Amino acid sequence: MNGSKSSIMRVPDITNSPKVMENMKLLKEIPLGEMLIDRFQNQFDVITANDIPAVTAMRKEAMNHFISNGFPSSSDEKWRHTEIESLTEENFQYYLKPLDSEQDIEDLFKCEVHDFDTEIISLLNGWYVNKHAGLTTLPNGIVYGSLTNAMKLYPELFEQYYGNLADIQVNGFVSVNTAMVQDGVFIYIPDGVYAEKTIQIIKLIDKKEQLFVQNRNLIILGKNSSFSLMHCDDSINHFSSLINTVTEVYVGENAHFNLYKLQNLNNQSGLINSTFIHQEANSTTKSNTLTFNGGMIRNNINIDLQGENAHADVLGLYLMDKNQHVDNQIYIKHNAAHCTSNEKFKGILDDEASAVFNGYIYVARNAQKTNAYQNNNNILLTPKATINSMPFLEIYADDVKCSHGATIGQLDQEAMFYMRQRGISSSNARLLLMYAFTAEIINQISIEALRKRIDDMVKKRLRGELSVCEKCVLHCGSPDKEYHFEIDMSKI
Amino acid sequence: MLLNIKNLHVSINGKEIIKGLNLGVNKGEVHAIMGPNGTGKSTLAAAITGREGYEITQGEIWYKNKNIIGMPAEERANEGIFLSFQYPVEIPGVSMTNFMRTALNAQREYHELPAIPAGEFLKLMEEKKNLVEIHSKLNNRSVNEGFSGGEKKKNEIFQMAMLQPSLAILDETDSGLDIDALKVVAKGVTGLRSEENAFIVITHYQRLLDYIVPDFVHVLFDGKIVKSGGKNLALELEEKGYEWIKEQYHAGS
Ligand SMILES: Nc1ncnc2c1ncn2[C@@H]1O[C@H](COP(=O)(O)OP(=O)(O)O)[C@@H](O)[C@H]1O
Ligand SMILES: [Mg+2]
Repeated sequence: MNGSKSSIMRVPDITNSPKVMENMKLLKEIPLGEMLIDRFQNQFDVITANDIPAVTAMRKEAMNHFISNGFPSSSDEKWRHTEIESLTEENFQYYLKPLDSEQDIEDLFKCEVHDFDTEIISLLNGWYVNKHAGLTTLPNGIVYGSLTNAMKLYPELFEQYYGNLADIQVNGFVSVNTAMVQDGVFIYIPDGVYAEKTIQIIKLIDKKEQLFVQNRNLIILGKNSSFSLMHCDDSINHFSSLINTVTEVYVGENAHFNLYKLQNLNNQSGLINSTFIHQEANSTTKSNTLTFNGGMIRNNINIDLQGENAHADVLGLYLMDKNQHVDNQIYIKHNAAHCTSNEKFKGILDDEASAVFNGYIYVARNAQKTNAYQNNNNILLTPKATINSMPFLEIYADDVKCSHGATIGQLDQEAMFYMRQRGISSSNARLLLMYAFTAEIINQISIEALRKRIDDMVKKRLRGELSVCEKCVLHCGSPDKEYHFEIDMSKI
Repeated sequence: MLLNIKNLHVSINGKEIIKGLNLGVNKGEVHAIMGPNGTGKSTLAAAITGREGYEITQGEIWYKNKNIIGMPAEERANEGIFLSFQYPVEIPGVSMTNFMRTALNAQREYHELPAIPAGEFLKLMEEKKNLVEIHSKLNNRSVNEGFSGGEKKKNEIFQMAMLQPSLAILDETDSGLDIDALKVVAKGVTGLRSEENAFIVITHYQRLLDYIVPDFVHVLFDGKIVKSGGKNLALELEEKGYEWIKEQYHAGS
């Protein structure tokens, strides 16, 4: 609880009918939290226009929580190394309606990826780009579309699933998202369906002002289903934005979920990405968080292993430079016996970049035969780059295997000299070593076409050539622009 | 003269290790450098190859008529100086193929040649692998990772065969090798040996010199070459050990 925050935020009576704001510009001079509370009170009807009653009730509760707690600050233990105030005390614009794009939407999302056939879902400045009104139903029964549309069409699913995983107590970002979010993505994979195509969510921020954007995603995988999701966060201009995304995923019994998160935002932007995954018995999740650019990125990944024999691989790679900051908070809850979890995050930090890794493993009393592995490896290229790596284990069962490890090092100087003695320039030797370091994570990407693209991006990034792409990040790898690395990395 | 070292002094962390060393190597010659542990043999190799941390406080190293002091290690390598490391380095995640191709292409680029075509490169790899009797596939193996001691040494000779240096320094490549592996190393050297290049063979033992017959044998002691001779000096050292050299040295100084 933050005293200074709650003192400036009075508890409003949200049942009052909202006032209409005559002039949005009046809001410009106040910090984000206050602006949002004010907006909630005054535009309650707009925010709740498409709600089912259960969701409206949830919003009220979440807003009350937000009013009393506000955004987290670096005096909170879990935010100690991520100075989020630098963003939350900024002035942002927040829109309650989709904006007209300043560019041609079709052109923005032209994202042909050679050999990688995906269903593309586009969100522009936080809003579902409604190419086809309503929801899309694929021949195999998969349904996807705008969250708002889905709520109207499947109220019973929302009553059952929505908001159950994303605990508003976690932090102010989750509560304010629950309170005010208006759009996002809904995906439903029926029982027994094996989704051949990956669904790709492309989120672009393209607005010539400071924007606060919220999204909410609900993903449900039925029993014995299988599904891969790719989630790209990009910005296409250099205005600062703050994106607050909450994603809830239900992975049914014996279902298999693959999640790829690609983060490539400009250095002025912030991203708070909270993912809550619930796993039933015999299910598997493989999450891969790839952070290439971004001013301040916070990934909260919460996984509840609720059924026996569930397995979660939580992998990540971060390549940061300049003043970039990334904070990965992984919370894995073993609530059933015979589950395994495997966390591995690797990072390279250059210049004055900083990173936080916080891996928390909780093993409940009945979660016997748990196997939980956690590892975080870092290379610091300069003395000014920093990493805070903290493992936490909270174990109540007695028959468990848990291990954790963290390494922080520089590039191996012996290896550097060895390569240079063979004629390899020091810059290429560095690249080879850095690339080798990342390979362990990249090689885990099971979709080959995607692995190649990511591989290209990593090479580009390591050479300092990947800043923020003009378009979708994957565009870098389209055949006509095939990227050639000076060092041919292909195995021949 | 291919290599001409004049009055070389090398310090590590302020401690002088090489204390006024002179050595001249002509094309076509094989020089053996022998001497007890810790006398500066590897330090000499490091100084010639341009390793950081080895401070040259005095003297000159002339190679192909250029004083190479201050020249970056990769440039020396591309000019044809090769070191077979006493302790080859493991580089997890960097495949042998990739490493070798990068090195070869770096050298070619340095000499303004186009990159080697993939097919040609593969053929060359096979040829040189056979030469040093490496039977395992190198493609998917990381540089030296999980290699046995003998494999690592063979791998050094393999790289030498790939890169065709003008001056090859073999730092105890024979240590810990069985007789078969030793023959392989010798074969690699004999295969490369020509009127155009030279070898400096650092060793403790006479036995490698049975296969690679040196033109000169030098004894390095206390950072200096204290005795030089023909191939018979190696036999004498094998027989009598280093004590008499030490005695001579201390008596003289
Ligand atoms: N990196 C180093 N730091 C400090 N001392 C070193 C280092 N490398 C070698 N030395 C010292 O330099 C001396 C010569 O070592 P070295 O050249 O390896 O000998 P040799 O190869 O003849 O056995 C030894 O006393 C050794 O301890
Ligand atoms: Mg030595």
